Amino acid sequence: MDEMTLKIEHLCSGFFTERGYVPAVDDVSLLIPRGHVVGIVGESGCGKSMIARSVMGLLKYPGRITGGSIRLDGRELTGLTDRELQPIRGREMAMIFQEPMTSLNPVIPVGKQMREALLLHEDISRSAAKAEVIRMLSHVGVSEPEKRYNAYPHELSGGLRQRVMIAMAMICKPKLLIADEPTTALDVTIEAQILRLIRDLSRETGMSVLLISHNLGVIAQMCDTVYVMYAGKIVEQADALTLFDSYAHPYTRGLMDSVVRLDATPRRLPAIGGVVPNLLRLPAGCAFAPRCPHAVERCQAERPALEELSPGHWCRCFERGRE
Amino acid sequence: MMAKEILLEGRHLVREFPAKGRKKVHAVSDVDLTIYAGETLALVGESGCGKSTLGRTLIGLIPPTSGTVLFEGTDLTGLRPGAFAPYRRQMQLIFQDPYASLDPRMTVRDIVAEPLVTYGLCPDKAATTRRVRELLDAVGIPEEFLYRYPHQFSGGQRQRIGIARAIALHPRLIVCDEPVSALDVSVQSQILNLLKDLQERFGLTYLFISHDLSVVRFMADRVAVMFLGKLCEVGDTASLYTRPLHPYTRFLLDAIPRADPRLRDTGRALLQGEIPSPIDPPAGCRFHTRCPYATDRCRTEAPALRPLAGHEVACHRAGEV
Repeated sequence: MDEMTLKIEHLCSGFFTERGYVPAVDDVSLLIPRGHVVGIVGESGCGKSMIARSVMGLLKYPGRITGGSIRLDGRELTGLTDRELQPIRGREMAMIFQEPMTSLNPVIPVGKQMREALLLHEDISRSAAKAEVIRMLSHVGVSEPEKRYNAYPHELSGGLRQRVMIAMAMICKPKLLIADEPTTALDVTIEAQILRLIRDLSRETGMSVLLISHNLGVIAQMCDTVYVMYAGKIVEQADALTLFDSYAHPYTRGLMDSVVRLDATPRRLPAIGGVVPNLLRLPAGCAFAPRCPHAVERCQAERPALEELSPGHWCRCFERGRE
Repeated sequence: MMAKEILLEGRHLVREFPAKGRKKVHAVSDVDLTIYAGETLALVGESGCGKSTLGRTLIGLIPPTSGTVLFEGTDLTGLRPGAFAPYRRQMQLIFQDPYASLDPRMTVRDIVAEPLVTYGLCPDKAATTRRVRELLDAVGIPEEFLYRYPHQFSGGQRQRIGIARAIALHPRLIVCDEPVSALDVSVQSQILNLLKDLQERFGLTYLFISHDLSVVRFMADRVAVMFLGKLCEVGDTASLYTRPLHPYTRFLLDAIPRADPRLRDTGRALLQGEIPSPIDPPAGCRFHTRCPYATDRCRTEAPALRPLAGHEVACHRAGEV
């Protein structure tokens, strides 16, 4: 066994459109050690969900992986056919989404869906599979699991659906769980329950988690390591404490400043001006330069590389640390 | 605070919707709420608690099943549409989804001009366009975008257009229903700042409906917390966030994921279970099924809002737990 559950190196993936190639993920490298929770934070369109879909082999035409490597427990996933990926998806890695209805079949009772997933991957009897499903439903906090076994997805509340989706992802005990905005559609009291559930499951089973979120609160509560993404690139990465204490990239600073503090209220909120660049027409220099308060001439002309500021803390900025 | 002038007041507001069989959805149940001129009152609660229904009932978009709404002392309930029109102008709404709330086949100019034309506020077309330019300028939309269509704008820009339309008639009150929930964080701050600027500039009063307690902390002067059709607690923002009296308010505040890895959840008490159905709300206090402090009294007798330590709170045990 590799000590890294997931090893992404120089991954590029994007969309081939009529107007040209859209580089949604550009030279991204990311490591998930066994049992760790690793977060990717960024705003819509930064490419964070594209990474998840690239790993799962779920990119749809015109999206495609165009370079780099993705290794799950040492095994290369890029280049595998859908048929070759099938036994890996579900069994070795599973994904949960923001909207549970996208991954639950609306016309099959939830228990039956989970049982089928289990029967597909494991050689056990139907009754044993049913017992395992009920055990898993109860484990993720679904009350009256025998009764819910026969419920259709629409008969469940949003929080329950999310639990069912997590139970379905966990049923084959994957090594890697990819959670793409798992609580964004939920109320705050339910969000807290679901986040705790994911973390407890990871601790109990040694499962690694890739958590994708735009919410710095969720990231701070959950992650060991954090990657900040902007316009398809990693702009900063560090362990959670370092990132929240000594972030260096102006974009990370902008995100941190946008978080409303509960103990103090400024007259105005610091905001990042401007908008995310069009990936078809990226600036020649740093992609963040047009919105960056610290940009100098060099930032407009040259693209900065990721540099290691201190062990494990990487930042993609010429002007980092200078105010 | 200065002597406060009441702008809008809901008294014993009830709104029910028919449900399957002979049942009813009890969306709003006997709510008293006062909005003072010039303030931002936030209405917070989880999905399905009735906050949007209450907001729409207060401004006459949904008639109440019973109860009254007073605008500067005038009872609006039961007014004929013609008599209601002058009040309609005073109360506008900003929606959550900037993608769904603008007509995709209209230009920005026509979208913002529509209320001006409806109320005949500008003598001719040129004057209307001039006024639309002023409004777009006030919300930060460049003038050269006047003849573009909604799909050519980002989410944040669309929300700005929705705001321009809402302020076109010089309203007194704007109900902002989750105005930034669909936006990215960096854009959220821009829109929240804009709403604050406009409030100052035009003396607006906001009813700010949101499930996001961080955003509410920044925006609101006062906060009303709602659970399953009823108000739990009303108080000044700073006081409510530092000394919540209702157990539900406390759980809501505790559940916010703090953006600080040092403040990690280490097994603090979480609110268990799901929100009960508004079709068959629990007897007594509606929160008792999720409340760790519930007693027999809570299970049978619904608590009324009562003043306590500067707040109003609907809990039999507030102050002792």
